[in-house]
Amino acid sequence: MSRTNLLDRREVTAALLRDRKDAIAIGGLGASTYDIAAAGDHDRNLYLWGAMGGAVMMGLGMALAQPDTPVVVITGDGEMLMGMGSLATVALQKPGNLSIVVLDNEAYGETGGQVSHTSATTDLVGVARACGIADSRGLDTMAEIEALAIRLQDVSAGPRFASVKIDPANLERVLSHRDGIFILNRLRGALGFKPI
Amino acid sequence: MHARTEAPAEAAPSWTGEIFSILQRFDVRQVPYVPDAGHSDLIKRVLASSTMRGIPLTTEEEGVALLVGAWAGGQRGALLMQSSGVGNCINMLSLTQIFRFPFLTLVTMRGEWGEFNPWQVPMGSSTQAIFELSGIKVLRASHPVEVSEVVEAAAGQAYNALTPTAVLLSQRLIGAKVFVK
Ligand SMILES: Cc1ncc(C[n+]2csc(CCOP(=O)(O)OP(=O)(O)O)c2C)c(N)n1
Ligand SMILES: [Mg+2]
Repeated sequence: MSRTNLLDRREVTAALLRDRKDAIAIGGLGASTYDIAAAGDHDRNLYLWGAMGGAVMMGLGMALAQPDTPVVVITGDGEMLMGMGSLATVALQKPGNLSIVVLDNEAYGETGGQVSHTSATTDLVGVARACGIADSRGLDTMAEIEALAIRLQDVSAGPRFASVKIDPANLERVLSHRDGIFILNRLRGALGFKPI
Repeated sequence: MHARTEAPAEAAPSWTGEIFSILQRFDVRQVPYVPDAGHSDLIKRVLASSTMRGIPLTTEEEGVALLVGAWAGGQRGALLMQSSGVGNCINMLSLTQIFRFPFLTLVTMRGEWGEFNPWQVPMGSSTQAIFELSGIKVLRASHPVEVSEVVEAAAGQAYNALTPTAVLLSQRLIGAKVFVK
């Protein structure tokens, strides 16, 4: 499933978040979270440093609670493979405001670059579509990424799933906050919720 | 192969209605679940509710992560599962410590009190210890009359004191599942 003209994960993430407005961004553990941090810290970022396989479900809970706010989950192929069933769960709920973007380097980059199932046999776009997410696409160009950045603001047409084949180079880590209680309560504060 | 017939359906026990009312009173909005026979009446009520959203999961750990997102977005939730599902959740249960969010789960117990199916026994036997090792308080209801006060206390401490809590609805309460040839 390898392709050429691979995109740069930092450029992709920055382009998705540049004009984010009120969008909430959730990053899967490891490199995706560093990419979101590299695009700029934000009150509406939920950074994960664990809970592998849980990023999409956090996005779903948020999307259902805040249906008028765009929610974008940006995660890795390994993280997505561990939570593949959540694509079926999302499809059933049809959250119009949820977008899922997999940065697919066909590897477990964070743990040493061991190849993942997407390098050989698994087609995550096909999986998402077969789970019932009709708007599931493989994106190859920055023009398509820019278009997705605009579409993800549309809270009525989701859920949408995109897999982006990215350059597998391991980039310098950009460390986000990792105190979950701080990150969660900052996000709740940005949405107008007071501490208990 | 033996044809399987379920035991004749009995009227739903009144305690499932009491649980539903408590969840309603605590303004629970998202109710993720993997079905269990012991939860079937509560699931029906949730799916028929206009204020709660029943969310079928493919595996129970999804529900723990879902409740983080729900709370981050301002909604309370409660996860319904059977004891075997607790094993599926273990890594995600870390989130209760990482995020200190109001986690409430109602667990129908199998593998105890006259169990017929040996495959339910190992997880049923470790359910409580797994929760406790994961930093989650465990309350148990074994008799119909105590269900509402136990669930009320659990919801109170989960939502008011951010104390992650599991209620074990014991097999004695639910009745051992009857397998008939
Ligand atoms: C349950 C669990 N298993 C394994 C790990 C180790 N681990 C950390 S990051 C990671 C791989 C992430 O791969 P991917 O999502 O593709 O991200 P990438 O670094 O390739 O962008 C793994 C396996 C973990 N943290 N948790
Ligand atoms: Mg990867």
